[in-house]
Amino acid sequence: MRRLLAVPYFIWMLVFVITPLLLMAGYSFLDFSGNITLNNYAEFFSGNYIKMTVSSFWYAFLITIFTLLVSYPLALAVRMTSNKTMWLLIIILPTWINLLLKTYAFIGIFGRNGVVNGIAGWLNIGGFQLLFSDAAFIIVSVYIFMPFMLLPVFNAIDDIDNNLLNAARDLGASRTEVLFKVIMPLSVEGVKTGVQVVFIPSLSLFMITRLITGNKVITLGTAIEQQFLTNENWGMGSTIGVFLILMMLIVMIFTGGSSKKRVNKI
Amino acid sequence: MTVIKLHNITQSYDENKILHNINYTFENSKFYTILGPSGCGKTTILKLIGGFIHPTGGEIFFENKKMNNVDANKRKVNTVFQDYALFPHLNVYDNIAFGLRVKKTCKKLLDDKVHEVLKLTNLMEYKYRDISELSGGQRQRVAIARAVVNEPDILLLDEPLSALDQKLRVDMQYELKEMQKRLGIIFIFVTHDQEEALALSDEIIVMQKGEIVQAGTPKDIYDEPLNRYVADFIGESNIVRGTMVKDKKVDIYNRTYACIDGGILPGTPVDVMIRPEDIYIVDHNLGKLNVTVDSALFRGVHYEICCIDEDGYEWVLHSTKNAEIGSRVALNFNAEDIHIMIPGEDEDEFNERLESFQEDQ
Repeated sequence: MRRLLAVPYFIWMLVFVITPLLLMAGYSFLDFSGNITLNNYAEFFSGNYIKMTVSSFWYAFLITIFTLLVSYPLALAVRMTSNKTMWLLIIILPTWINLLLKTYAFIGIFGRNGVVNGIAGWLNIGGFQLLFSDAAFIIVSVYIFMPFMLLPVFNAIDDIDNNLLNAARDLGASRTEVLFKVIMPLSVEGVKTGVQVVFIPSLSLFMITRLITGNKVITLGTAIEQQFLTNENWGMGSTIGVFLILMMLIVMIFTGGSSKKRVNKI
Repeated sequence: MTVIKLHNITQSYDENKILHNINYTFENSKFYTILGPSGCGKTTILKLIGGFIHPTGGEIFFENKKMNNVDANKRKVNTVFQDYALFPHLNVYDNIAFGLRVKKTCKKLLDDKVHEVLKLTNLMEYKYRDISELSGGQRQRVAIARAVVNEPDILLLDEPLSALDQKLRVDMQYELKEMQKRLGIIFIFVTHDQEEALALSDEIIVMQKGEIVQAGTPKDIYDEPLNRYVADFIGESNIVRGTMVKDKKVDIYNRTYACIDGGILPGTPVDVMIRPEDIYIVDHNLGKLNVTVDSALFRGVHYEICCIDEDGYEWVLHSTKNAEIGSRVALNFNAEDIHIMIPGEDEDEFNERLESFQEDQ
């Protein structure tokens, strides 16, 4: 009976996860006219794509770091408040809004006649070219990913028994020491999960790069879109996809950790 | 010489008053127990002394230094928490070393001190174990080791034995008492278990609804409870209503008995307490009260026997010998086992009355 219940999930996995992966792997060995070839892989290693991979990694890294830097103190602050659920809801609320809408809103905020430049002009510190810059790309990405980092980090921090913090204080630790010696080590698992859910999708961002940076920042996500929709070179697109998945696997291995290391609740 | 003085301490959360006007002085190297049901404010007192909360009224002194707003990390006090609060990311050794590392103790000294308490708490072989691999009793010992390694002047223990099974609990009681003697520091132990309190303490503080009802040695509190609440809370007892006839004579259910209390106006309504172990069974008509045995419960060490007297009142007694249910026997007790309590009398009035009555004798 139990096995029978699992059947729908197996079918789901087969149709929507395993088959597409195999298809993608298969396509990566095909050229334009459908012949089996290794040319796609050769091209990937030829230079341009390696550069793109490195820059994807770099941007994803920056986005993850900044998201963490914003989310961690925020999670700490939410834990301290008396009305955690309400604050969480307020922070999570933007995720209910369509991603494209949020991105377009940033065009309005960062544009030449946008809010930021308006305030800057009023203060007489001149106009900034915000759109189409790396900074804008990072800011928008951090804004979009922040709730996804905040939730696991908050959960990990919120799970820490208050008495552990009291115990650390009791043993002479100052507030900073409590943060570094107790809260941080005990929330590592939450941070790892947060890094996973932010780093992996930000490797393949493409909508934001197009709208905010006007394709100045080219990541692997942009490249895949280009290959499939503009060049219609499905083989090359799939090859990049294969590498993207490999990179995600590496990240998951590094941030997954063994389940034994997971903090046992006492 | 360490003295902790609580002076007119009050504590309230929002509208709720948790503590009312607590005045008490804890003195050097004694084992204190704060006893009371849950919600009576006993843990709040511990938190105030530990520095986790600051009093909303009154003053706390350590020696003669006012400590009201001094944080927990600046006090020479350590706590053993009810759920132990051991750091799950550290092993036994690192848990114990936590306090010393925070204080930047040099490596050699730290290692020596940790080993000393590991020996003291019999944890040497578990030194590098993860906390999750320890049993309840071992965790409890780690919690104590982690606290005492800092050489505090005062050790606070918040119901540390409540999570252990009966056998281990009794063992740990011995160990705690032993340790307190060896360390020679103040232990303040919070519990709702009266047996624990009687076995461990030099001084017991009985609390009710945020106030100290009675404080004294275990023997004082057991033998001379101030009122019905204390008598009920500590040990088992028969408490009946009576009237004082004159000094050393009390009237219970229209019979007059000799007792040893006095200094009470004749005619005063009083609560009379007789401990079940002070009542014994004698043959019919040979005792103070003729009764019928109603029920007998085997409790291991003794039988708990319930009798009904001729007027229909119930008496409970403890005896090592069983009694036949339905048999007609008589109960006897000595004058010194009758304890007179005046409802509404507070501790000061009670002590004053005892003293003045004893002087008169």
